[in-house]
Amino acid sequence: MPDELINLTIDDVPVSVPQGTLVIEAAKQAGVLVPHYCYHPGLAVAGVCRMCLVEVEKAPKLQIACATTVAEGMVVRTQSEQAKQARMGVLELLLINHPLDCPICDQAGECELQDFVFQEGRPGTRYAEYSKRFNPVEDFGPDVLYVPNRCILCTRCVRFMEDLAGEPVINVSERGDRAYIGIHPNARLDHPWAGNVVDLCPVGSLLSKDFLHKARAWELDKTASICTGCSQGCNVTLDTRENVVVRVRPRPNLQVNRYFICDHGRLNYRWMNRGDRIEAPLVRRHATDWDEALSRAATVLRGAGGKAVALVSPRTSTEALFLARRLLARFEWTGAFQVVMGDEAPLPGVPDLALRAERAPNARGAELLGYSRDYAAALETSRTAAVVLVIDEPDAAIETAGTLLYLGTVLPESAHGAEVVLPIANVAEEDGTYVNRDGRVQRYFQAKPAPGMARPAWWVLSELLAQVDGAEHCASAAEAFDALAGSTDAFQGLSYAGLGAAGQGITAKAGARA
Amino acid sequence: MGYPHKPHAKETALLSKHFGDPDARTYKGWAKRGGYETWKQAQTMAPAAITDVVKESGLRGRGGAGFPTGLKWSFMPKEKKKPHYLCVNADESEPGTFKDREIMRWTPHALLEGTLIAMRAIQAEVGYIYIRGEFTEPYAIMEQALAEATKAGVLGGHKIHLHRGAGAYICGEETAMMNSIEGKRGNPRIKPPFPAAFGVFGMPTTINNVETLAAVPHILRQGAAWYKAMSLSNPKSTGTKLFSVCGHVRLPGNYEVTMGFPLKDLLHELCGGMRPGRTLKACIPGGSSVPILNREESEGCLLDYEGCVEKGTMLGSGGVIVFDDSADMVYQIMRLARFYAHESCAQCTQCREGTAWTTKILERILAGQGKMADLDLLLDLSDNMTGKTICVLSDSCAAPVVSGIKKFRTEFEDYIAGRKQPVMVA
Repeated sequence: MPDELINLTIDDVPVSVPQGTLVIEAAKQAGVLVPHYCYHPGLAVAGVCRMCLVEVEKAPKLQIACATTVAEGMVVRTQSEQAKQARMGVLELLLINHPLDCPICDQAGECELQDFVFQEGRPGTRYAEYSKRFNPVEDFGPDVLYVPNRCILCTRCVRFMEDLAGEPVINVSERGDRAYIGIHPNARLDHPWAGNVVDLCPVGSLLSKDFLHKARAWELDKTASICTGCSQGCNVTLDTRENVVVRVRPRPNLQVNRYFICDHGRLNYRWMNRGDRIEAPLVRRHATDWDEALSRAATVLRGAGGKAVALVSPRTSTEALFLARRLLARFEWTGAFQVVMGDEAPLPGVPDLALRAERAPNARGAELLGYSRDYAAALETSRTAAVVLVIDEPDAAIETAGTLLYLGTVLPESAHGAEVVLPIANVAEEDGTYVNRDGRVQRYFQAKPAPGMARPAWWVLSELLAQVDGAEHCASAAEAFDALAGSTDAFQGLSYAGLGAAGQGITAKAGARA
Repeated sequence: MGYPHKPHAKETALLSKHFGDPDARTYKGWAKRGGYETWKQAQTMAPAAITDVVKESGLRGRGGAGFPTGLKWSFMPKEKKKPHYLCVNADESEPGTFKDREIMRWTPHALLEGTLIAMRAIQAEVGYIYIRGEFTEPYAIMEQALAEATKAGVLGGHKIHLHRGAGAYICGEETAMMNSIEGKRGNPRIKPPFPAAFGVFGMPTTINNVETLAAVPHILRQGAAWYKAMSLSNPKSTGTKLFSVCGHVRLPGNYEVTMGFPLKDLLHELCGGMRPGRTLKACIPGGSSVPILNREESEGCLLDYEGCVEKGTMLGSGGVIVFDDSADMVYQIMRLARFYAHESCAQCTQCREGTAWTTKILERILAGQGKMADLDLLLDLSDNMTGKTICVLSDSCAAPVVSGIKKFRTEFEDYIAGRKQPVMVA
């Protein structure tokens, strides 16, 4: 039975929300963003910045929307003269010690202080004392710089490290207007999830060294994607500038990663920009066009029989994995993948969220589609197979008496003997899905064009299928996925469109591990 | 100042009766004076019955807010499901206030007895007495008294811990105190949840001031009606109150009078009046956090909760700061603002930045570099700092500034216009 809803009005808009909802969250439902700094939905409420002051009818004074829970019949006014004056006052006070060095600040353009001052700040300052609080820049950790002069002491970083990372190495040091974020003299901000403090910082006080001066916020294009760092499947945004991935940031998904990603995932993007890519199809090492390369590969597949092996990267899209399997269905088929292992690094404050030991975004998808983890056995089978199809697995030391068909982003030594090499897009260059370790199917979107003639693996395989079996070509990842969902038990009932931006779980029955 | 101090005929020495008598400090000496008899009596009473008597007496919190004590106790869960705690606020740090120190110095057992009775009333097995860090002597005396009481077996299964502060004014704010007791930074907490629901260690907690608790045994022994009858003006303010008088009077010190006592009599009779040739200029009746009264208001003010409100100020902690005509009000207000700027915990923006900015403006005015517009700026800033933060430290900084500009505007203008020699402020 659903919990009873509480009815209230916010700026004359009636909303109904569950009991216990904070006014600041209820306001979002009314289409009202109450300006705030210390509040963050992923952190404990602090109620310290006092920015979200709103008028609540019958309350004797202004209330902070972040710490006030809704009540039946409550009337909230965020735009009353009194509330606006109070917030203007907070903004003025936040600015008296803020350097206003926006032209050289990485946060400019995505700075909440800029935004709210622009929205409802005072046109000029009355602070005529000129000297501002000064503290030198501090090196907090491997990827974090602290610029105390810009700090507004919202304490989001402190709460993250204390409550979620469980490593309280930073605090508010000193008091009054001398306060700053201090770090333990013998500690570094080097927790595997510490980079989140940079995203959490509403101003340019905590900066990523990796992103330092790389781009202005307004130059960035943002694309929803899935982190490829491990099998957790954290939702991320790829920030690209002129088709170069320059930053990875978490994209909120309450079911998977809430508002966070680990540093491993955050910094695992440079390979998406690498320059030594295959840009044209090769037939026996000679560059050619897609028509010749596809028809050569189709000829090989039509003419062969017996055993076929698919050696796939667990970074391959579910769609490509499905189509590869379908392509080899005429053979005695073996599929396998290998997973790089690392240390597991949980974020203790969030249940079931960790950098997983399996550094593979689609191992579960591969398993569900019948690919095996016994990579060594598959390699052994390759020796006597008629066809070996490799999808972007550069570490394969393949020895085969049959024909090697190589789909890849780069050309490793092991692929030099391939009959046909087909250039494919990487995760940033195509649409597709991954299945995370919990069986959640999640879409990623194309963030930049693929180099040269490279195409998404699902496109290449779908073309081959059309040529070999006369099957209908899939025009998009969506069509490929829907074909997959229509023919694979584990994915029954799912549709590409239905996955949306947050993904969906496979059915419990089908999802049970074999 | 100091003791022995002979009570003035107009004083009502209840809590201060044994001030200056070292024998009353000891367990034996206290027992001789009827000590812990009331505690024995309370142990036979139901907790709710104790609360009812205190409620009936009209006793209100002596720490500053004046909240009815019995009512506060009644907020504690009746049916006990978790450990209950009592915190005793002995972090007396309000500028101008030094009454709790004297209670602890001379009558430590009075505080312990009141603490035990309160603990029974709210069903707390553990109590913390949070003593201001600078109070080394009162701490040593309390430690001795607690050891004696424990040895004498009067605690009856209750546990009392003495907890020393580390020098932060804000730890006298009840929720900051709870954080401090927990070993955390002494930052005030947002309310709700209120201490009676979620207090120290997340358990139901009551926080009472030293003077409040020291009055409890008297109320229980002599009855609510007797206590309630001690009221010279408004029946909502009952009992006696200790006033710490400091500043420009001939006899500064602690004076205990019945609620509703005229401030004028306190200053001019009990405290011996102004120094020769000086006249009263202003008075802060309730510790530095309350609005300043001018001479006329002071001389018409009755010292109880309502009487002070009537004059636009508050009874507060009863720390009476007196200024005669030699006082430089701009300088005095700057000193108060500087205190709050120093002590702000830095959580709320208005307080962290506002107290410091207020101080800077006042310093600028004193240095002869002020502008007339600064006065409006100060008032606007003070308005911004009032009623918008977690605790009232920010409001406390604004109160003397607003009342000071309102009542002594010409003194500010003299500095700004260059009519007065600039003051170097270090």
